[in-house]
Amino acid sequence: MLTITDLHASCDGKEILRGIDLQINAGEVHAIMGPNGSGKSTLANVLAGRDRYQVTRGTVKYRDVDLLQMPPEGRARAGVFLAFQYPVEIPGVSNIYLLKAALNAVRKSRGEQELDAMDFLALVKDRMQLVEMKEELLYRSVNESFSGGEKKRREILQMAVLAPYLAILDETDSGLDIDALQVVAAGVNALRSPDRAFLLITHYQRLLDYVVPDVVHVLVGGRIVKSGDRALALELERTGYADLTPAPAPATMQDGR
Amino acid sequence: MSNPAPDTAARYVQVMHERHDVAREAAWLRTLRESAVARFADLGFPLQQDEDWKYTDVRPIERAAFMPLPLDAATPRIPDASQFRLDGVSGPRLVFIDGRFSAPLSDLGGVPRGATVTTLADALISQPQVLAAHLGRYIPDDSHGFIALNTALLSDGTFVRISAGTRMEQPIHVLYLATANGALLLPRNLIIAERDSQVTIVEHYAAVGEMAYFTNSLTEIFAADNATVEHYRVQDENRTAFHVSGVHMQINRSSRVTTHALDLGGRLVRNDLRAVLADSGGECHLNGLYLATDRQHIDNHTHIDHAQSHCTSREFYRGVLSGRGRTVFRGRIIVRPGAQKSDARQVNNNLLLSRDAEADSQPQLEIYADDVMCSHGATVGQLDENALFYLRARALSDADARDLLTFAFAREVLDRVRLAPLRARVELRLAAAMRRGAPREAHA
Repeated sequence: MLTITDLHASCDGKEILRGIDLQINAGEVHAIMGPNGSGKSTLANVLAGRDRYQVTRGTVKYRDVDLLQMPPEGRARAGVFLAFQYPVEIPGVSNIYLLKAALNAVRKSRGEQELDAMDFLALVKDRMQLVEMKEELLYRSVNESFSGGEKKRREILQMAVLAPYLAILDETDSGLDIDALQVVAAGVNALRSPDRAFLLITHYQRLLDYVVPDVVHVLVGGRIVKSGDRALALELERTGYADLTPAPAPATMQDGR
Repeated sequence: MSNPAPDTAARYVQVMHERHDVAREAAWLRTLRESAVARFADLGFPLQQDEDWKYTDVRPIERAAFMPLPLDAATPRIPDASQFRLDGVSGPRLVFIDGRFSAPLSDLGGVPRGATVTTLADALISQPQVLAAHLGRYIPDDSHGFIALNTALLSDGTFVRISAGTRMEQPIHVLYLATANGALLLPRNLIIAERDSQVTIVEHYAAVGEMAYFTNSLTEIFAADNATVEHYRVQDENRTAFHVSGVHMQINRSSRVTTHALDLGGRLVRNDLRAVLADSGGECHLNGLYLATDRQHIDNHTHIDHAQSHCTSREFYRGVLSGRGRTVFRGRIIVRPGAQKSDARQVNNNLLLSRDAEADSQPQLEIYADDVMCSHGATVGQLDENALFYLRARALSDADARDLLTFAFAREVLDRVRLAPLRARVELRLAAAMRRGAPREAHA
């Protein structure tokens, strides 16, 4: 599904990713953990195609194509989905409008017919049950005056409607209370399937109590310093990241990124 | 005075004397006209040295020397006037072609008892006392030359009077349609909403053809105690037209006036809107949306005068600029001494879709009372990069994402427009402006 090889990326001339190697197969759930400033969000944004990050070295192969050559919308149409750490508020655009525009853009790119209003609404209502979202929220502006939990749920709803092959969740669990976390986790679990892969980026292992990953990676200083199974996440919870700091360029917990 | 070459101005004075036999006019009208003539002869066209006209050069208007059409000129046939109608709006309709009332295209049915909807020319004959009491009364003493010009040459326009307690449900649609090259058009409108009355009026300026002409319109609105007035000025002139408008309002005790200034067309446009909150409890809501593309220049000057206590003003203007579009917004709010508990909010946002577009935004608050709430905010910016990326990460193309965000920006003003056919008309113009004005850069 996804093969990342020696990926280096920088932002404003500062190198953040310093050689990432990662292989994710269809059907797998991978979790990436790491301290603040380790490059977790940068990795998510580079994969989604944000142009403020410059890839300086390395390759990303996604379903046999060169992901880095595609514009963000091309990646989305090819089935890559990024759930944003900070979903953007867009006053004046309703959720339902964005959902429909997004879904039809994906369908059109695949040579499928656009869904009519009835079929679309039926699909959305079906998927809303996954995220326990009230129908009235559909007609509000995108993320405007939504609480943090509502915004994250809405990201999961978008994911459920767009049905991507590769879903990247960038700290979707941050700032959620237990109820919201369980809803988000239930949405992810419901979408797990043999032809879909997940990359969960998280700061806390709490999410992994609800979504059990196949592989856990530890990202420190822009490199994956350790990989393992679920037990690794629990170990990190006890010991923290201090022991995993790579020489010779230690990343500090205080690093703002 | 300071105007060095008042040739055009002098010709207008001459035209006034040719067209209007002031000796035979009522004394009040004669006084009004003659003082306006004197004032225009004195002021001439505004100069850019004048702070109020700093960004707007009207010399092209003066050079073009637009003239009123001869009184006996034939009225052209309009093959498809229905395209200018507001679908689904069934109120009275007044249509003026090149400044002259067209009875065949108008429909003055559906006017409820207690309301008068007619031409100003008719009202001058049928309701002279009312006109004597109101016409020209809401124009400030410091008004500029274009206002004096309109009054000096005034002959026709729209007269609306809603008697006390009358509620007019259907909007009045007034269409000023231009067809003649080189014409000076001088619509003059008077709207009187007596106490406890309610009325909605749409002033709609449009053209058939791409000729150059000059609309210099003036509207006075008197909202008596507890009256509710909703006023739309839809400026959809052609791209070679000049348009100068004045809307002057007096808002009395507990009355409420809402205005929508929708500027979609024109080559050089200047609008002056002035609201005087003349008694306590008055309210005004000024909404505006201007679209400037290609080389359009659109200048909005608004002026809200909190003359008495406990009045509320809300102003919300937004501009979408593309191409070499150029806009000016100056929002002046004066809170007079003693106008305590004044509540004024002003917001002006400008969205630049191209590097060559330029927007100026100048809030001007003058507050002479101490117990007031006044705020203002002005922004000039581009589309939010974060929002663009978000939409592209949701599979929308760069162009579609830009269009969606631009529509969303305008929608916040359009949501306040209650007449759906007007909203649709603006959205069409907006789509066209985005297509012609905003060069799309291919994604690297």
